[in-house]
Amino acid sequence: MENTIDRKKAARSAFIRSSAFQRMIIIAVLILLYGFFYIASPSFRKYTTLVQICSNMYYTLLMAIGVTFPLITGGNDLSMGTGLICYSLIGSYLMRICGWPLWAAIVITILMGVAMGAVNGFGVAKLNVPPFIMTLASMMFCRGIGSILTGGFSGTWPDGMEPGAGFRSVFRLVVRTDSGRMPIPLGMVWMILLVILMSLVLNKTRVGRYTIAIGSNREALKLSGVNVLKWHIFAYMICGLFTGLAAVTYAATFSNITPGQGAGFELNAIGAAIIGGTAMTGGSGSVFGTFLGVLLISLLQVGLPFVGLNADWQLLITGCILMGAVTIDKMRNSK
Amino acid sequence: MGEVILTMKGIDKSFPGVHALDHVDFDVRRGEVHALMGENGAGKSTLMKVLTGIYTKDSGTITFEGKEVEFHNPREAQQAGIVIVHQELNMMGHLTVAQNIFIGREPKHGLFINDRAMNTEARKLFAQLNIEIDPKETMSSLTVAKQQMCEIAKAISHDAKVIVFDEPTAALTDAEIDQLFVIIRDLRARGYGIVYISHRMDEIKRITDRVSVMRDGQYIGTLVTEECTKEDIIDMMVGRVIYEEPKTESRCAPDAPVVLKVEHLNAGRMVQDVSFELRRGEILGFAGLVGAGRTETARALFGADPKQSGDIWINGEKVSISSPKEAVEAGLSYLSEDRKRFGIVLKKNITENSTLATLKKYTKGVFIDKSAEEAVTQKYVDALKTKTPGIDQLVMNLSGGNQQKVVIAKWLVNDSQIMIFDEPTRGIDVGAKQEIYELMNQLAASGKSIIMISSELAEILRMSDRIIVMCEGRKTGEFGIAEATQEKIMAAATRDIDMQNRKNRQEGAAV
Repeated sequence: MENTIDRKKAARSAFIRSSAFQRMIIIAVLILLYGFFYIASPSFRKYTTLVQICSNMYYTLLMAIGVTFPLITGGNDLSMGTGLICYSLIGSYLMRICGWPLWAAIVITILMGVAMGAVNGFGVAKLNVPPFIMTLASMMFCRGIGSILTGGFSGTWPDGMEPGAGFRSVFRLVVRTDSGRMPIPLGMVWMILLVILMSLVLNKTRVGRYTIAIGSNREALKLSGVNVLKWHIFAYMICGLFTGLAAVTYAATFSNITPGQGAGFELNAIGAAIIGGTAMTGGSGSVFGTFLGVLLISLLQVGLPFVGLNADWQLLITGCILMGAVTIDKMRNSK
Repeated sequence: MGEVILTMKGIDKSFPGVHALDHVDFDVRRGEVHALMGENGAGKSTLMKVLTGIYTKDSGTITFEGKEVEFHNPREAQQAGIVIVHQELNMMGHLTVAQNIFIGREPKHGLFINDRAMNTEARKLFAQLNIEIDPKETMSSLTVAKQQMCEIAKAISHDAKVIVFDEPTAALTDAEIDQLFVIIRDLRARGYGIVYISHRMDEIKRITDRVSVMRDGQYIGTLVTEECTKEDIIDMMVGRVIYEEPKTESRCAPDAPVVLKVEHLNAGRMVQDVSFELRRGEILGFAGLVGAGRTETARALFGADPKQSGDIWINGEKVSISSPKEAVEAGLSYLSEDRKRFGIVLKKNITENSTLATLKKYTKGVFIDKSAEEAVTQKYVDALKTKTPGIDQLVMNLSGGNQQKVVIAKWLVNDSQIMIFDEPTRGIDVGAKQEIYELMNQLAASGKSIIMISSELAEILRMSDRIIVMCEGRKTGEFGIAEATQEKIMAAATRDIDMQNRKNRQEGAAV
């Protein structure tokens, strides 16, 4: 009898400590926040707002999924934001100046990200440069390269009536209906598929398992005979791959790429991953949690102007939520 | 006991300045538990690190299963069948039990890891060992004892033939120890060769078949456990070395006033009900093995770690110390065993280090009074005979002994009355040791009271006026210097824990 009560108690405290608990809190906050905006502002209720929330989050979400891996190893990647701009500028350069076809520009844009991830991973795993410093260096490097290459001018990707502009509809399909043009956030479908895929990668494959193990106890993993160097670099390459994907998505969404931009994008992504329960100290995190974190940040970004609060307020509130999430995380993990 | 499976012969290993292993012999048979004993620093761990390829030997041979072998890393040793269950467990706390056991060799299902097969395999392993652990449990949520069992299971799954246990019971409760012993006996019956490193005399008698003793990097001898007494083993551990000039009588007057009185101090597992007194001008030695709770006692007394209960009187006045700041104000100082981490700022000069704890005294308005600061530093450099080209020398350029003097100066500047020296001569060469000893004697003669924590018996016997021995968080002995001997101290430090076990059980029943 006592035993069952004990077990229930233990189960309850185990649940509170589990990251599922933190995800449930975020879902509750999301629903409350959405409800609040919905009641407070009639114009928020429009379908187009929902589409806006979606298209706003694609590139942040991709970076956030990517950075979840280095974060779980106990690392970081600050080069994502300027990297994103740099890669899409290079893609634009290849198309506009070198006359490459669109598909080749897309491939190179993505590969640039993977390559930068490999460099970051090598610096961190092999040369033992602290992740913060290593990726800070790449962040500056990317920003410089982007500007040098374009001579400070903006780069453009196909838009409007141009040939190749159709690739934008991969993310935002516009269909004609009786009542006019209706946009469908098709990108959301890809995003959800990617979240599922990367959840599987994190939890069910060796790269995911070793990513967690590196963050948990790198030395123990090494003593177990695993090629730690390879898998550690791999975690950063995943981040690079997703930054490359984010660059393409960004290009599709905004068409016009300004050099010198992008610094700070990565902080939204890292913040989202942490709100989603990924620990900066490494060893734990989930792709689904990251997804929820991005949803929350995007909802605030889009929703707050509807109730008369500008971007500064959005930052302030996001900051508070970040603090709250980390505090809950700390409390969860303490006795 | 079966045939010999592992032989180490003439193993020699030197580090700069230390002859860590001096032609050591050691062997293990199938189906035996072979204890490896010795004081801290006797060379047990070094020998095991040579065995498993963490260190490379300078000379000597290792023969395993009839073949001469040389391992270059723990992985090679593991693959050959020699596994260490470390005291500090090598686990990935965020992963599950099964994931830990099979890390690096996960069964797969196409691209995906087959967790189900892994859990089934782990369950089989545990069934073999008669342990009940859920393979799906997260490693960090298990008790230390269960984590250790997982390591044993991992060793067996690697097809180990020799398993080394490095102080396996250090963090276990009695019931857990009983359970561990059941497993070890079972492994022995199944023909595994087991090396058992421990300080606990009663365990040696309970679980082992043979005992090998090391001292100062040398192999002393091997006894059959059944045929020897605890006293035999202790004799071998401490040896018959006559240390130079041990103190024969206390230099502290028996009626000197008590400056510090501690009663029923409790702080976690490592400090349980510790009481003692310290007199003016006395050097009180704290003896015991590493991990006996001496440093923890000092830290709790000093307010560096929280204490659960206990009363402290200084000069007859009851004080409450809950932070190092309050301790310093009460006239206490603590000279950490880890100077480089807690004692000094390596990249600052002698002056800056000397006034670190007392900067307020040497500040005029908002600025530091440089000349006053330099004057006091010079005074103590002279008084302590610190060897340095000048007081603006960076502390990192000084030798260990002179660094220690800078730390002492820092506390003298602060006018501390009660000084706690934690392993004062660790990492200091012989000549400088002598100077530190003289300095401590002078300090005591000048009326300072000193608590000296030391793991070196010779040092304890040479310096102390009175000796307190601790073992596993409790005070297990107190001797005046006139009656203290190495044997008495060692017996108290490795004390039979039978009595204590009984007490624990009673407490358990009361709860």
